[in-house]
Amino acid sequence: MNMNRRFFISLTGAAAVAWESLLAGSPEESPNYKVADHWWAMLIDVEKCIGCGNCVRACAAENNVPEGFYRTWIERYQVDDENMTEPIVDSPNGGINGFPQRAAGTGLTTGTIKEFFVPKMCNHCIDSPCTQVCPVGATFTTPDGVTLVDEKYCLGCRYCVQACPYGCRFIHPEKHVAQKCTLCYHRITKGLTTACCEACPTAARQLADLKNPKDPIHEFMRTHSVQVLKPQMATGAKAFYAHLDGSVR
Amino acid sequence: MNRFKDAEHLLRVAGVFLIGVTAFLLFRAWFVPPSFGQYGHYRADSMKDVAALPVVHAGHEVCESCHSDVLDVKKAGKHAGVNCEACHGPQGKHAEDPGSVKPVLPDTSVLCARCHEANSAKPKGFPAVVTAEHSMGMPCNTCHKPHSPKIVDDDAAKGGKK
Repeated sequence: MNMNRRFFISLTGAAAVAWESLLAGSPEESPNYKVADHWWAMLIDVEKCIGCGNCVRACAAENNVPEGFYRTWIERYQVDDENMTEPIVDSPNGGINGFPQRAAGTGLTTGTIKEFFVPKMCNHCIDSPCTQVCPVGATFTTPDGVTLVDEKYCLGCRYCVQACPYGCRFIHPEKHVAQKCTLCYHRITKGLTTACCEACPTAARQLADLKNPKDPIHEFMRTHSVQVLKPQMATGAKAFYAHLDGSVR
Repeated sequence: MNRFKDAEHLLRVAGVFLIGVTAFLLFRAWFVPPSFGQYGHYRADSMKDVAALPVVHAGHEVCESCHSDVLDVKKAGKHAGVNCEACHGPQGKHAEDPGSVKPVLPDTSVLCARCHEANSAKPKGFPAVVTAEHSMGMPCNTCHKPHSPKIVDDDAAKGGKK
């Protein structure tokens, strides 16, 4: 029995070593970009959005987004101040061609009406509901705070599409995998801003790096009231909205 | 071998267990990519896959490195904060190969209206017109220079493109 026990103990030791080597993985490759040095977020100033649709077009061009699907889009809100809980929201083709003036007699016609545009996109949540439901580890939040999809792992099961409370995901009609805003990960890791921020003529959107102490977002957040969408869901959303109306959801 | 006489059945079970564990480890090593688990329950190399996608918008710094003359005009005007590709569209290919890939000039009667067409949902104070009344179908650059749109002299107002 003594030999047997020794044999088993040595076997578990070997197995532990093998396990460790399997878990270790390959080291970080890109020398210029360190994931540990960044924590990405987006700042959206609703008051600056003019609904031109530049962000939607730029996103589609940059990321080869299939027609009829949107990784970012713009919503037009029409709110009666006496009935804030039932706004009329429209987003023709995601706002990719801008917004025509509402035809007379459509939408709200009575009451005191206010209208405004709200750009929407993935909120790159810290506690993303979408990543929690993925059964195969195909979607995840990177160490620098971006929620991505591994298209080689995605089964196209649509759990994440249903889980996202912001409606930011879709299934690619040809690849049959989940797709979403990558926060232009291929650009921000090269020191560029996102395509939507690059194309926004009024700087209504601003990419922000919360780990960079010199990022203007810190001064902006200190001096402005900033909200996230659906805070009651505790998603840890990182798309920060300034001047957001209470009727927006 | 007498000392194992009473434990042979245990050895057999241990053997089966050993084969099972080895097979599991082999299959796992075969199927699980090395970067899986590096940062969490996902394949860390997929971050590199996404990061390796082609850049389509060059970014205004790249544009400005060649077109500094336009930048000087733009900086002085109302469109100082508008990046090049907001109007000219994605120009990554042009930036890579300026000789053979030439950008197409946008049609101002469509382009300008995207931002400046009057709409009740636009923020108050944003310069907007009803283009049908304002220009009656004429392209905006008949009077306005897009890089610095404010009309400063009479020539421009009379239709001279400057």
